Amino acid sequence: MTSDDRSAPITVVLVDDHAMFRSGVRGELAGSDLVEVVGEAGDVDAAARVVDEHRPDVVLLDVHLPGGGGVGVMKRATSADTRYLALSVSDAAEDVIGTIRGGARGYVTKTITGPELVDAIRRVADGDAVFSPRLAGFVLDAFAGSIEVAAVDEDLDRLTEREREVMRLIARGYAYKEVARELFISIKTVETHMSSVLRKLQLSSRHELTRWASDRHLL
Amino acid sequence: MTATATAPDSARRATRDSRHPILGGVAGGLARHTGMPVLWVRVGFLVATTLGGLGVFLYAAFWLVLPSDNAFETAAPGIEGASREGRRPGRLRRLGDVGPAVVLAVLGVGALLLVNAVVGQGVLLWAALLGVGGIALLWRQADEAQRERWLDSTGRVDPVRVVLGDGGWASYARIGAGLLLVVGALALVALREGSLELAGDVVGLALLAVIGIGIVVGPWIYRLAAELTAERAERVRTQDRADVAAHLHDSVLQTLALIQKNAHDGPTVARLARAQERDLRAWLYVGESTDESTVAGALRRVAAAVEDAHGVAVELVVVGDRPWDETVGAVVRATGEALTNAAKHAGVDRVDVYAEVSGASVDVFVRDRGAGFDPDAVPADRYGLRHSVHERMARHGGSVEVRSTPGEGTEVRLHLPTTGGPDDDQ
Repeated sequence: MTSDDRSAPITVVLVDDHAMFRSGVRGELAGSDLVEVVGEAGDVDAAARVVDEHRPDVVLLDVHLPGGGGVGVMKRATSADTRYLALSVSDAAEDVIGTIRGGARGYVTKTITGPELVDAIRRVADGDAVFSPRLAGFVLDAFAGSIEVAAVDEDLDRLTEREREVMRLIARGYAYKEVARELFISIKTVETHMSSVLRKLQLSSRHELTRWASDRHLL
Repeated sequence: MTATATAPDSARRATRDSRHPILGGVAGGLARHTGMPVLWVRVGFLVATTLGGLGVFLYAAFWLVLPSDNAFETAAPGIEGASREGRRPGRLRRLGDVGPAVVLAVLGVGALLLVNAVVGQGVLLWAALLGVGGIALLWRQADEAQRERWLDSTGRVDPVRVVLGDGGWASYARIGAGLLLVVGALALVALREGSLELAGDVVGLALLAVIGIGIVVGPWIYRLAAELTAERAERVRTQDRADVAAHLHDSVLQTLALIQKNAHDGPTVARLARAQERDLRAWLYVGESTDESTVAGALRRVAAAVEDAHGVAVELVVVGDRPWDETVGAVVRATGEALTNAAKHAGVDRVDVYAEVSGASVDVFVRDRGAGFDPDAVPADRYGLRHSVHERMARHGGSVEVRSTPGEGTEVRLHLPTTGGPDDDQ
């Protein structure tokens, strides 16, 4: 499924405990016909309910949330096709990395502009990962072992040199198409690298990786 | 952000590692204190244990004597607040250490059996072992309960919580197993002394004694703990409130007052708001310093100064860190110059800075998406880039590369090889 053959708008649920912020985001997204906000929630319980009810394409997820944080929502909600995009005000590395490891497909800060947010939602809905420069920095730090993140195990798979290069360019503020041009690869390849970085973050231990693979009949 | 950023302790004092303990965190704490691998310490205890149980007694003694390391875990206030209100996921327990621990335990049992076979003390050794194990489990439980008590978010203390800590099957299992082992030990001794009947009596008596002591002492301990908790919580709350008030007054209120005065002046308001946001965000969530004792801190300070002076947003990402010294000072100052150039000439409201500090080099990239220029066509009388950036870096053995395309923006790449820094793979 790509954005080109998408006939219906991307359905989105907003999860944030600040009603002001929700209405602000709703206002920003109202200008785009690519995205439709179908529901809102202010805590983990409500969010799990709303996500199960609407089965949206994308959930915009706050990292700090009453009832167990954004990770709690991803644990509780059962909608399998839903993808999560963390929209964070917290700058703490362990929160951000923890949320990504909990299953979010990307992370953007709350200072993001409306059009950028719509673009990020579209990319996440298409199955790609969205990394802001800051998250790319955290990822590089986490894999280098120089930040202590409680949620990161020791046996993180190593990033390949190419993935590291891609993350470095993202951390330098390059857009995907600029990364592609810099490294002489296609945008699709950039997205593939980002997705595999995400997978390596989420599946840190070999055990989990084995389970992941056998769940998908790859073993 | 890194281990290098820890504040120097005035007096080094050994503590128990209460973050990833297997039993009491004694071995972990000692390993940290002495700088040895934790496995060696554990093996040391094990070897000592085969010497007539010395290791067990040493471990128990250390457990009693050493204080726990983070009775008060301090994170940035926003993070702590969010944790207290249950808005963040709980800390995950690491299982990475359990493998070696199991192996060590098996080895230990093997060694004890060997001693048993050689010396041949029979049942008494087992009784002692069971008893020690039981007491250790009970003590571990009490230790845990004491730690968890401070984490009660509601501030109330209920008696079950005092005894059981966070509750859960693990706590009950530990208490149950501990009691069982102690009573079992008594029974074994009794069995050895005489008949099955006597053993039954001893077990019954022991159980009754435990229950009796619990009934008598329990409420008293509960009251004592509750008072202590309440008092300490109150003191912490008061201090917290004072800190928050002071910070809000110093920063937010002042900024709001300035904004009201300058309401007509859009750029100033934006600049004030941005500076305030940066400050508040750093205070609430990151707890990262902007002092010049590390490279990252110095870069943050430079970025903040440019934000304030020129009204552009600087998105700064730093990977790794190292202590400040004069060599890396060159790269920090050159970064400041490159940032100032971007802010002045590019005509954009946002500049990206990415810094990577590794053992071998410091790399900084300053990038804007502004007007751009032709580096070869810069007149000879323009000193900014040439003197402040190129020559400064060259003096310290670094290099500069400027890539600029008119209409697409500029990127300044600073590279400085370093020696004698902290290795990045420690």
